[in-house]
Amino acid sequence: MIEALFFLFAAVALGAAINVLIQQHVLYSALSLIVMLAAVSGLFVLLEADLLAVIQIMVYTGAIMVLFVFVIMLLNVTTEEEQGVDRLRWPKFIGIPAGLFLLAMISSAVWRFRPAIEDTPSTVGTPAAIGASLFTDYLLGFEATSVLILIAIIGALVLAKRDL
Amino acid sequence: MIEYVTRQEFLILIAKMIAIFGGLMGALAYITLLERKLMAWVQMRPGPNRVGPFGLLQPIADGMKFMFKEDIIPNGADVAIYVMAPALSLIPACMSFAVIPFGPSLQITDLNVGLLFVFAATSISIYGIVLGGWASNSKYSLMSGLRASAQMISYELSLTLSVVGVLMIASTLSLQEIVTSQQGTWFGLVPRWNIFLQPVGFIIFLISAIAETNRLPFDLAEAEQELVAGWHTEYSSMKFAMFFLAEYANMVTASAIATILFFGGWGGPMFGPPVLQMVLPTVWFLMKVFGFILIFMILRATLPRIRYDQLMAFGWKFLLPLALANIVVTSLLVALL
Repeated sequence: MIEALFFLFAAVALGAAINVLIQQHVLYSALSLIVMLAAVSGLFVLLEADLLAVIQIMVYTGAIMVLFVFVIMLLNVTTEEEQGVDRLRWPKFIGIPAGLFLLAMISSAVWRFRPAIEDTPSTVGTPAAIGASLFTDYLLGFEATSVLILIAIIGALVLAKRDL
Repeated sequence: MIEYVTRQEFLILIAKMIAIFGGLMGALAYITLLERKLMAWVQMRPGPNRVGPFGLLQPIADGMKFMFKEDIIPNGADVAIYVMAPALSLIPACMSFAVIPFGPSLQITDLNVGLLFVFAATSISIYGIVLGGWASNSKYSLMSGLRASAQMISYELSLTLSVVGVLMIASTLSLQEIVTSQQGTWFGLVPRWNIFLQPVGFIIFLISAIAETNRLPFDLAEAEQELVAGWHTEYSSMKFAMFFLAEYANMVTASAIATILFFGGWGGPMFGPPVLQMVLPTVWFLMKVFGFILIFMILRATLPRIRYDQLMAFGWKFLLPLALANIVVTSLLVALL
């Protein structure tokens, strides 16, 4: 059952990810990206990471992508052909080999990974466990991220209000 | 959380789903009638009273009418997204009911991140409005979609932050555990509801919830005088009905979450024979939810709509700082006491 669900979510995520690239209309690309993020959230549920799955939906699907769609609608962006966008020809000669190299790295890492025999306790993905590890083991990374977000907020303010 | 269930548990689960979903759909039909009646009484009108005794068959007549109306797709509309948008609006609105505890055992599933699940469903329910407004190829619909997305993003922040105080007191995200943490009384008289511990949080939650459900005084997205009917201007037939049902489903969800977080959920006095004791929690829960629905409706009947810049200023400059202050004060008190 779990295997079937895994392949279902994985197929949806892959198909949507490919659709993001091949769609001509920006809004369709954005919608495909939403489907992809939701499917990845389904994969998180299968890994018993409930909190991560819900946060993925709340933050990426529900907040960040809403802003993307908002901007696309506000600027009334249409298809690439109507705007006369001329796609650059050369990046694909770098991008495709680089992507294949990344794929090879990840698959070799996954291939060599041997899961521990003993079951991981089912409390790993709970909010309390994630909160505890965020504020003990990963405190530095957590604080650094918050400073990074603060810098981004100030940057956005400076860009939006130049004559403040 | 992946759980393996036996065949009997599976059948009970299916029965619960049918009971909750069927009950919800029936209730939504009659909530529309109640709203029309209540609005009419506030405005000294009789309201719908022609179909059946006291107009009680009006929702059925409305449903038949929706089904047999011609389904119009406007010229220049983006057909795929236009057809998809009503479903994108209704499905997330119904998803939240999977985790809402109607009683100690009448709940489809008790997720350990239940509250966040409801917020996640709320956060994606906006796509129906935004995409429906965009795909209609109408300037009124597009304006409405833009307004709705800006409004919902703004008020979602204070909505989420307003419940952090309750979470710190209950120290769980499971809705069932939040309800059980509020059982019992103080001094044998006052129920241990979070409303008495988190009055500010409750006010912020209620205001943000009204804004999230796009109802008066925050229904800028469907301001009739300016935008005809907002994002569903071009919709007809069952597609319009789905948008309509989604709005009422969101209202019921907001009422249910307010009841669970601040008014003790299904908690209430228990008495009588065992059979009655099994039904009583659900009765208390539904009565509290019904009270909130009445508040939503009376607010709609009495308050005028606020201006758009007032809406944004109120959300960002008043509610959000207030919610943050509430978190700081609550965390200090929780740490000290």
